[in-house]
Amino acid sequence: MEAYAYARPTTLDEAVSVLAAHAKEGRRTQILAGGTDVLVQMRSVDREPRMLVDVKHIADTNRLEIGSETVFIGSAIPSAILNENQELKALFPGLIEAADLIGSTQIQGRASIGGNLCNSSPAGDTIPAIIAASGVCVIAGSGGTRRVACEDFVTGVGTNVLGADELLVGLEFPTPKGRTADGYLRFIPRTEMDIAVAGAGVALTLDDGGTCTAARVAIGAVAPTALLVPAAAEALIGTTVDDEALAAAGAACTAASSPITDKRGTIEYRQKVVAVLCRRAGANARDRALAR
Amino acid sequence: MAEARDYRAIGTRPVRPDGVDKVTGRANFGADMTLPNMIHGKVLRSPHAHARIKSIDASRALQLPGVYAVISGADFPSGAEGEISGEGGGTVSDLAKNIMARDKALYHGHAVAAVAAKTAFLAESALELIDVDYEVLPPVLDVDTAMADGAPLVDEHQRTGGGQGDAPSNIAAITKFERGDPEAGFAAADVVVEGAYRVPTAHQGYIEPHACTATLDEEGRATVWCCTQGHFDVRSMTAGVLGKSVGEIKVIPSEIGGGFGGKTVIYLEPLAVKLSELTGRPVKMVMSREEVFRATGPTSASHCRVKVGAKRDGTITAATAWLAYEAGAFPGAPVGPGCMSVFAPYDLDNFRIEGFDVLVNKPKAAAYRAPGAPQSLHAMESTIDELARKLGMDPIDLRLANCADEGTHAPYGPTFPPIGIKKCLEAAKAHPNYTTPKAEGTGRGIAAGFWFNIGMQSSAEVRLSEDGTVTVMEGSPDIGGSRASMCLMAAETLGVPYNIVRAHVGDTESTGFCNVTGGSRTTFATGLAVVQACEDIIAECKQRAAMTWDIDADQVDWTDGEAVPKPGVNIDVAPLSLADIAGNAGRTGGPILGRASLNAQGAGASFSVNFADVTVDRETGKVDVLNFTAIQDAGTAIHPAYVEGQMQGGAVQGLGWALNEEYVYDNNGVMENAGFLDYRIPVASDMPMIDTQIIEVPNPSHPYGVRGVGETPIVAPLAVTSNAVSDALGFRISDLPLSPPSVLAAIDAHDEA
Amino acid sequence: MSKVHVVTNVNGEPREMLCEPQQSLLEVLRDELGMTGTKEGCATGDCGACSVMLNGRLVCSCLTLGVEAEGADITTIEGIAEGSQLHPVQRKFLEHAALQCGICTPGFIVATKALLDRNPNPDETTIRYWLAGNLCRCTGYDKIIRAVQDAATELAHEA
Repeated sequence: MEAYAYARPTTLDEAVSVLAAHAKEGRRTQILAGGTDVLVQMRSVDREPRMLVDVKHIADTNRLEIGSETVFIGSAIPSAILNENQELKALFPGLIEAADLIGSTQIQGRASIGGNLCNSSPAGDTIPAIIAASGVCVIAGSGGTRRVACEDFVTGVGTNVLGADELLVGLEFPTPKGRTADGYLRFIPRTEMDIAVAGAGVALTLDDGGTCTAARVAIGAVAPTALLVPAAAEALIGTTVDDEALAAAGAACTAASSPITDKRGTIEYRQKVVAVLCRRAGANARDRALAR
Repeated sequence: MAEARDYRAIGTRPVRPDGVDKVTGRANFGADMTLPNMIHGKVLRSPHAHARIKSIDASRALQLPGVYAVISGADFPSGAEGEISGEGGGTVSDLAKNIMARDKALYHGHAVAAVAAKTAFLAESALELIDVDYEVLPPVLDVDTAMADGAPLVDEHQRTGGGQGDAPSNIAAITKFERGDPEAGFAAADVVVEGAYRVPTAHQGYIEPHACTATLDEEGRATVWCCTQGHFDVRSMTAGVLGKSVGEIKVIPSEIGGGFGGKTVIYLEPLAVKLSELTGRPVKMVMSREEVFRATGPTSASHCRVKVGAKRDGTITAATAWLAYEAGAFPGAPVGPGCMSVFAPYDLDNFRIEGFDVLVNKPKAAAYRAPGAPQSLHAMESTIDELARKLGMDPIDLRLANCADEGTHAPYGPTFPPIGIKKCLEAAKAHPNYTTPKAEGTGRGIAAGFWFNIGMQSSAEVRLSEDGTVTVMEGSPDIGGSRASMCLMAAETLGVPYNIVRAHVGDTESTGFCNVTGGSRTTFATGLAVVQACEDIIAECKQRAAMTWDIDADQVDWTDGEAVPKPGVNIDVAPLSLADIAGNAGRTGGPILGRASLNAQGAGASFSVNFADVTVDRETGKVDVLNFTAIQDAGTAIHPAYVEGQMQGGAVQGLGWALNEEYVYDNNGVMENAGFLDYRIPVASDMPMIDTQIIEVPNPSHPYGVRGVGETPIVAPLAVTSNAVSDALGFRISDLPLSPPSVLAAIDAHDEA
Repeated sequence: MSKVHVVTNVNGEPREMLCEPQQSLLEVLRDELGMTGTKEGCATGDCGACSVMLNGRLVCSCLTLGVEAEGADITTIEGIAEGSQLHPVQRKFLEHAALQCGICTPGFIVATKALLDRNPNPDETTIRYWLAGNLCRCTGYDKIIRAVQDAATELAHEA
């Protein structure tokens, strides 16, 4: 029987070379950040032994930098640290709302938004929020570093653009300026501990008169991957993000969705609720932007 | 006959004797046992809901280094006979087949083989190397389909009621009883309300998975450590399945991490004993959470139809109930108790009740807190709510107009002694949470609950140490503070402080027989044994004092923990305390102990009234519970904090069942939500504080008036939730769960209509 | 299977152990170190019975690998009491009857201590959300919340 193995690189180079060496030999590797998805999968659906590459001991994956132009969030930083960062919370209330929604306090102590993205579940809570906030994935590999827009990172249910010799170093966001703010809401049956039945993230910029000049709307758990919904953004741009505009944006989300019926909800339910969430998250983002 | 009276110990709220061990991590639960040389067992489970097992080939698994044994149905004796004692009932034969499939796998998750290996991880790996050849059969997955003509048969040999002449059927049994003339009653009614109600399968959801460790000595005597609600019943069930005598098996109960009825039956113990027998090593088996969901518990899904007729003044003239419960793959749905409970809160002259025990390809139903009553009373209490609306009556007034009371001939047979339903209703009506009008946009629901409670067999021994401290030894596993209740009753009876009494749960060879901790019987029946054992001690202490004072024993009184001469007995002596007598026992006849064993009769029924306010988000279908009030008759609350705890815990279990808990199956009978992620029991942030009010109508059959309190609390919350949601929406949703997708779908359907 | 030598610190004491790479910290604590106070309810991070502190953060030990404990500070339920003195959280759980079966109790106590170390004066909503990852099937949470509130009050008086 093949055995499990564990590596704990301390530099990006070391991590990449471990990944590349195993890839070359055709041996399986899996990157371990918070482990809150990886360990569950190892224990149930996929017991096959592999090399676990722990990326939590690398400076770059733990870097949290808030600059005047960009914000960088290392891929291994647990949600709890993000939630406790008041500056980050003020800049990205929606993104931090999403990070705060991943599981329990215990899960927050381990789970990272980078891991949430790399797990690439259709229902990953932070993915729509990251997309709405214009996140860019910074990826390291044997060929050097490359950057991929978050909306292009996840390619299907559980799959993404990472090569076998690559890892996600972190996420880079444009620092919100002026009256720019975001909001994220998901629907779950309980108040905590559930996987999103549907989710919507909205980021808005308003001018001095309160008219929306830029918007990004992304939805989750209603398609094989989280989706950017340009039609929903267009419904908001040029408006004061009033009820009518929000309803139109919500309808655009429903139209863009292609959900399934499963143990967590029906097609009809998800189509309806994604519109409700878009409206409510959009209103939150608007009120926050107006308050700036 | 017990009356409400002043007690010294009873009614106080001391720290439980096993508390410190449980807050420090020292208490040993089912999975905490380790023995030298121990190996680990794991179970291979059927991937099909219904399949014939054509062959099992374990040769590849046995070649894996570190794999010691593989067993399957062929390793167990066939033709096991007899009935299971205890709360759930059923036959040993069905139990044996449920523990390990024989010719057919009857549900997804049914055990088909088991492995013993050096580590649990290795045992799991070995399971993948066992080759089972199945002939997949069509499954039958709900009562309506199973009862229809031409349905696939779960068991080709099953005939309704065991009759030999009839055609095979999935209906294992039919229960019927009636009184008066229901048709005439409906004809005399001014208003008739009827409805059909479905309640989904729910799991007990104890946090501790089933676990046991077994070892067999060279003489074939087995010792089993396990988490159970009743180790004496584990002993007899394990013996029955293995074809051993109970004398060959010793069962040592660990602490138990929740049961709610689900640990009154066994799943692993005979497998562990068999694997230990084959390997000559101790074998530990611990279920995963997924196995717990797929192969243990749950309770029955149900389809209930209830019809009630009444006069304009609210007097009920007739009621009928038709109840169909899923038994799972073997007979034994709790439809009998469902039938007995459905009209129990009411005094009815005309009624008819029919119940159907229906086989489906799902796990065998196990007892779950007031088994059968939540389903049937959800239907009845929803119907009563509709009736109150039609009549324009306050739902409490309608219930007061019809409620059972002392002397009522209960629908299920007996004539009620003093019971508390009326007092609970009156308390509800006066409760500030009820007299405060509901807030704008919210809905309020109210419902009554009921459980018979049971007595059954218990034993207890009480021993005095030489310093007068008291040891209580009994055999009822402590799931929720029962050691504290035993100590309080012992302290009260003996007249000594609580903190010198310690209660212990003995194993099958160190204490006398006790049935399961179930049926809300422990504080009542085992408590009764403890009280009688203490009375035995008192009698002995009076003897010893009489000997010391050289008078007759009947000239001695026992007052406040001391022997004193009876008034009028003319001697000048100082009272002898329990400690004095214990310290001198060696000189007055030897160690002092008291004992009692009994089959307790007269478990008093416990009634409840619950109400709550909710909001419904009309855009998402989400229901939020704003407040919840539980009022219940406890007879006498021995340890009120643990009585409140039962009421609060049962309320939240009931709310979970009403709101989000359900088994979700695909078309092939595979449960899709076998984990706490998607089988959604309430979390702390879902719930409000649960307000409680204990009513005390003492049970005349217990010296301190105890009624069981553990099961009744889960009964009313289902209908409370349905009634509150219906009140908030302005129309009724009959079926549970009231999960967001179903509530939103109902709102949309109603808006369209 | 090649085992990994792990040096860690459990409840203030240095410990060494050999871990298989796939073994969870929960398995290592219970099976290798014999510390069975930390409980398994689900092994998937959904019940919180296995809660421990890892480098000052509350985590599920079932979702942490034993090998990840290298060089870490771990606090388990066995390390909450100070010598023979129960921690106020433990005492308040007892006084309020905030446990029935007791299987979830170690996780709740570790989680509560983590909360009160961070936030000495949490309101009811904060407590309920902080503890949402700890399932209790017996109590309905009411008495647990009251015990936490009372422990917070007592700790505030001590401080």
